[in-house]
Amino acid sequence: MTSQTLPDRETRSRSRQRLLDWKLLVGVAVVVGLLVLSLYTGVYDVVGAEDGGEMFAITRIPRTVAIMLAGAAMAMSGLVMQLLTQNRFVEPTTTGTTEWAGLGLLAVMLLFPGASISMRMLGAVLAAFVGTMVFFLFLRRVSLRSSLIVPIVGIMLGAVVASVSTFIALQTDTLQNLGVWFAGSFTSVMRGQYEFLWVVAVVAAAVFFVADRFTIAGLGEEVSTNVGLNYHRVVLLGTVLIAIATGVVTVVVGNLPFLGLIVPNVVSMVRGDDLRSNLPWVCLLGIAIVTVCDLVSRTIIAPFEVPVSLILGILGAVVFVALILKQRRRG
Amino acid sequence: MIKLQGVCKSYGDEVTIGPVDLEIPRGGVTALVGPNGAGKSTLLTMMGRLLKPDAGSIEIGGHGVGTTPSKELARVVSILRQENHFITRLTVRQLVGFGRFPHTKGRLKPEDEEHVSRAIDFVDMHGLEHRYLDELSGGQRQRAYVAMVLAQDTEYLLLDEPLNNLDLRHSVQMMKHLKRAADELGRTIVIVVHDINFAGHYADRICAMKDGRIVEFGPADDVMTRDTLTRVFDTPVQMVEGPNGKLAVYY
Repeated sequence: MTSQTLPDRETRSRSRQRLLDWKLLVGVAVVVGLLVLSLYTGVYDVVGAEDGGEMFAITRIPRTVAIMLAGAAMAMSGLVMQLLTQNRFVEPTTTGTTEWAGLGLLAVMLLFPGASISMRMLGAVLAAFVGTMVFFLFLRRVSLRSSLIVPIVGIMLGAVVASVSTFIALQTDTLQNLGVWFAGSFTSVMRGQYEFLWVVAVVAAAVFFVADRFTIAGLGEEVSTNVGLNYHRVVLLGTVLIAIATGVVTVVVGNLPFLGLIVPNVVSMVRGDDLRSNLPWVCLLGIAIVTVCDLVSRTIIAPFEVPVSLILGILGAVVFVALILKQRRRG
Repeated sequence: MIKLQGVCKSYGDEVTIGPVDLEIPRGGVTALVGPNGAGKSTLLTMMGRLLKPDAGSIEIGGHGVGTTPSKELARVVSILRQENHFITRLTVRQLVGFGRFPHTKGRLKPEDEEHVSRAIDFVDMHGLEHRYLDELSGGQRQRAYVAMVLAQDTEYLLLDEPLNNLDLRHSVQMMKHLKRAADELGRTIVIVVHDINFAGHYADRICAMKDGRIVEFGPADDVMTRDTLTRVFDTPVQMVEGPNGKLAVYY
């Protein structure tokens, strides 16, 4: 290589982009605004009523925190999955991960009727892990990694798992519970039962910490090995983190379809795929989209609510189709 | 020095590579040539620990491949395969930056940034460093990947068909650059090349393979003969004296 050294200033200006800049601050401000709006939206008058403050603490704060954590977790899970599979259309709800988590939850509820919420969560996380591993193992046998076949197979796999859940639920008279659970919603989130969601904050920190490894894994097994990374260990670690995030969100909130698909794709289009510098953006956008969808779901037929998964599903389906069309055009 | 002893690899019943015994001395450019299916890429891949041999041992710069931890090996040898399927949207500079991973585990210090800048300039991509990989041509992408392994700053460099996708100008440039890296920085470079004349002109040594075995290994001039090349490629080859040395003519 050439031996001349570059002037100091040039080296610096050629460096990778910085993590914190004014755009990110604006993004944070917007999301905080949305969250405040979310805090003060609802049927109960938390400002005027006598016990308003208490209600605020019991339902509004938990709900908003849950939105934050769940939105960030699902968006992040989608991003990590897309890097590990090298496929743009993969995320927890298009690979069956969510459905597996649901099956695990159902299994725990039936086998141990008095199971605590942490046991249910464990069941969901374990099932999500097994399901995601099954999917990844399947992926290894397909050569067309970037094709649409991958999410189609994933959605089919998810449907099969979901129908197993439905069958079990029918047999055990728990179909209604299942229906309520499948429709992801923040309606029932309140103090005392959402706190487990903080686990995903730990997961987010872990993902940030090993972000570069995931990005390198996204370049393929050979490139990973070349720089001395154990590819399979990175994939395993990613799967564990995704399973934890998905499992916990599934138990507390339910199904949040397509979130992990929309967010990483939009961020990637604008900022590329460097996970470390993208992660704050992915979390922010995930939170923003869930907050907006939740606000819509709470106000559209007020004083009643529709499940947030309904709004997300509509939005997600539109984006999904748009992505497919865009890829088609590119060839 | 790269030392292979009794290295074997077989796929199914028909394709067998080895046993290969080979000692590539330190420094210089060594070209692996041979017909399709001779096992060049497979051999290179095994040297770079991307593929495990069925038998035999490989040693690079005193480090046993397969016994040395992958992390440590990543600071001694780097390998670039020819196919890189990806959808990852990274800029050239981000990609090259990951070549520093064995040294930094992620956080780039100013001296790492300098390595990255030099590697990018080396492959003539200064103006393209902030472009995304999916916006580049195949040849530009190829050069970006070469810059990545250059930034890894290893003494041994294994490249599987680095001229693939490159036009004439960039092929010549790439070979000149690699030769300079070998001559001036004392790197040991092993490449798989298809164009025998590129090998003859730029490589210091040529290793000719056929049917999974090494049939000829020596200084480029010694291998670049009518009889040897005709035998290796099963095609009549004539040698002519060109303006800058011997040329193989086979059409």
